[in-house]
Amino acid sequence: MSWFSPRRFMAVLAKEFIQMRRDRVTFAMMIGVPLMQLLLFGYAINTDPKHLPTLVEMGDESPVARAVLMGMKTSDYFDFQGIVTSAAEGDRALRDGRANFVVVIPPGFQRDMVRGRRPSILLSVDASDPTAAGGPVAALGGIVDAALKSALDGPLQYAAPEPPPFDYVVHLQFNPEGRTSTYIVPGLLAVILSMTMVMITAVAIVRESERGTIETLISSPVRPIEVMVGKIMPYVLVGYIQTIVFLTAAGLLFQVPFTGSALAFFIGFNLFVITNLALGFLISTVARSQMQAMQISFFTILPTILLSGFMFPFAGMPGWAQTLGTAIPATHFLRLVRKVMLKGAMVQDTLQDMAAITVIMFVITAIAIARYRQTLD
Amino acid sequence: MITVAGRSSAGPELAISVTGLTKRFGNRTVVDDFDMDVPRGTIYGFLGPNGSGKTTTIRMMCGLLTPDGGGGTCLGFDIRSQSQQIKERVGYMTQRFSLYEDLTIRENLDFIARMYGVRGRRARVDRALEELGLADRARQLAGTLSGGWKQRLSLAACMIHDPELLLLDEPTAGVDPKARRDFWEQIRRLVDGGITALVSTHYMDEAVQCDFIAYIAYGRKLIAGKAREIPRRIGLAMWRVEGENLGALAEELRACPGIDQVARFGSVLHVVGTDAAALDAVAERFARRGPQTWTRDEPGLEDAFIHLMAGAQDNFADRIAS
Repeated sequence: MSWFSPRRFMAVLAKEFIQMRRDRVTFAMMIGVPLMQLLLFGYAINTDPKHLPTLVEMGDESPVARAVLMGMKTSDYFDFQGIVTSAAEGDRALRDGRANFVVVIPPGFQRDMVRGRRPSILLSVDASDPTAAGGPVAALGGIVDAALKSALDGPLQYAAPEPPPFDYVVHLQFNPEGRTSTYIVPGLLAVILSMTMVMITAVAIVRESERGTIETLISSPVRPIEVMVGKIMPYVLVGYIQTIVFLTAAGLLFQVPFTGSALAFFIGFNLFVITNLALGFLISTVARSQMQAMQISFFTILPTILLSGFMFPFAGMPGWAQTLGTAIPATHFLRLVRKVMLKGAMVQDTLQDMAAITVIMFVITAIAIARYRQTLD
Repeated sequence: MITVAGRSSAGPELAISVTGLTKRFGNRTVVDDFDMDVPRGTIYGFLGPNGSGKTTTIRMMCGLLTPDGGGGTCLGFDIRSQSQQIKERVGYMTQRFSLYEDLTIRENLDFIARMYGVRGRRARVDRALEELGLADRARQLAGTLSGGWKQRLSLAACMIHDPELLLLDEPTAGVDPKARRDFWEQIRRLVDGGITALVSTHYMDEAVQCDFIAYIAYGRKLIAGKAREIPRRIGLAMWRVEGENLGALAEELRACPGIDQVARFGSVLHVVGTDAAALDAVAERFARRGPQTWTRDEPGLEDAFIHLMAGAQDNFADRIAS
C-alpha cells in the first residue's frame, strides 16, 4: 500500500493529455490568448500619448507668440487643429471632445511682455483623463523655455528668463525611451499566466465533478494526491509553452530586452505557475459547475490587473490597497519579471519576490488541500 | 495476488455484513440504523423509491463514505478502515454515466484498467471490447453512445478488474426494456460464475430477478429476506378483479372497510388487505353484484411493496409529527 503509485499517476496524466488534445478550442485559446493580448497591449496601449488635438485662441500674432506655439508643435505633444475666436468656443470644444487643449494667447502679449507686465498664456486642459493630460502639461515648461530662448535674442534678450544657478542631470535607466511596450509586456506575462493557469485548472477539475466522472475516480483505488498531481502537471507544461511563445514574440515584435538571469526567471516562473495552479485547485473546491469556476476565476483577474502594479504604479496606491496587492501572487512575479528582463537582475536581487510567492503558494495550497479532503466526504 | 491477511473471518459466505449504519447530512438523517447481510454468489436486490438512501448506503458499504454510526465488513474488510482493499475488489457502477464522454470506448476501458493495475491490460481490454460487441467501434467517443450502450460500457468498465462483488446503483434507469432484459440476463450469468451482485433499483418489476431483497424507504429498512418469501411474510390477502368499469369500482372499493389498497395493473385490479376474513367478505359481496369477475390469488412482490410504501409514509408522518 504505497501512498503514491506512479502507474496510476501516469494513467491520470495520459488521460488528461488526451482530453486536452481533444478539446481543440481550449487548446487554441491557451496559445492564442497570450499572443492576442501581447499584440493588443503591446501595440495599443501608450501611457505617454502624443499628437493630442489642440486649438488656439490667437489674441496676438507677434513673433514671440508664434515662437511659443512653434515650440509646442515641435514637441509632438500638441497637434494644432484650428483656431477658436472666443473663450466660450474653446470651452465647448473641450467639453465635446474635439480638443484636449486650448491655448489662449492674450491680446498684446508681446507688447506687455516687453514692458515687463508678465502677461499669461492660458492652457486650458481636458484633465478628465489625467494620463492623457499629464505628459504634455509636464513638458510644457521646458518647451516654452526653449522656444523663448531663441525668440528673445538681440534687443529683447533682457526679457529672457534667467537660468537657474545650478544644473540638474536626469538619467533614465532601464527604459530610457520611456516605451510603454517595454514596460507593459513583462507585466503582461504575469497577468496572462494568472488568467489562463487559474481558470484552466479550476475548470478542468470541476469538470470531473460536473460530469460525474469524479465518482469513477473516488470509487477506484486512485488516491487524491495522484489525481491532483496528474491533473495539474499537463497545465504546467501549458504554462511553459505559453511563456516560450510569449517571450519569443515579445523579443521579435517589441524588442523587449531580457538582460538578467535566466535562472532567476526560471525559479520565479515555476513558483508562480504552481501558485496559480494551487489557486485554480482551491477555486475548484468551491465551485460546483464549470460556469462557476470560470466566474470565480474571472473575479480574481480584476484585482490582479488593477492592484498588482501591472496597469497603475504600485507605490501610488493607498496603504490598504498595497496590502491587498501584496497578497496577490502576480504582484511579486511581475516585479521579478521586470527586474530580470529590464534591469538585469540576478538571483540574489529577486530573492525577496521569490520568498513572497513561496509564502502565498504555501498558504493557498494548505487551504486547497484542507478543502479538498472535506469535499470527498 | 490477493492477500487474505487483514481480512476478518466474518464468514466467507457473506459478501457484505453491516449493522447499524447511519448517515446524516446536516441534521437530515439519510440512512438510519441499517443492517444488511448479502450472501456470496447471489443477486441481492436493493429496492426503494427515489431518495430513500440507497446510493448513500451503497457508498458506505464500499468505503466511499464514512458512516456516522454503525459499521461492518465488505468482502471481509472493515468498511471504515480498509476502503482501499475494498475498492480494489469491488466493481461500482454509478447511477449516472460516469465514464469520460470525451474519451473513446477503448481509452475509457484502458484508463480504468490502469487505475486498478490490471495485469495483461491490452489483452483484457480487447477481451472486454469483444464481449461487449464493440470491438469495431472501439475508437468511437463514449459520449456518442446511446443510453443502453453507455450502460453496457459502464458494466464492462466496472468488471474490467474481475471484482468479487458488483455494486450496481440503479443500473437500468432510463434504459429501454430489451436492454434491461439483456442486462439482467448478463448479471445472472456473472453471478452463476461466482461473483456477488448488489443491485439497487426503483423498478419493482425487477425485484423478481433477485434472490434476496431489502426494501428501504426514508433511510429505514422495512423488510429484507428471500424474494419469494416476502409477500407471505407481510401477510397480505389479495383478490384479482377483471372486467368492465374498473375505474369506478376502484373508487368504490377504496372507501370500503377491510380493504387496505387497490392497485390497477393494466386491465386487472389487485385488491389487497391484511385482514383476510374482512377482505373475503367484501370481495364476495362485490363478486355477487358483478359484472366483474373476482378471483382469490397470491399477492406478488409489487403488491407487497405498494403496501410497504404506504406504511412507510405513515411511519414517516408519525416521526415528523412526534
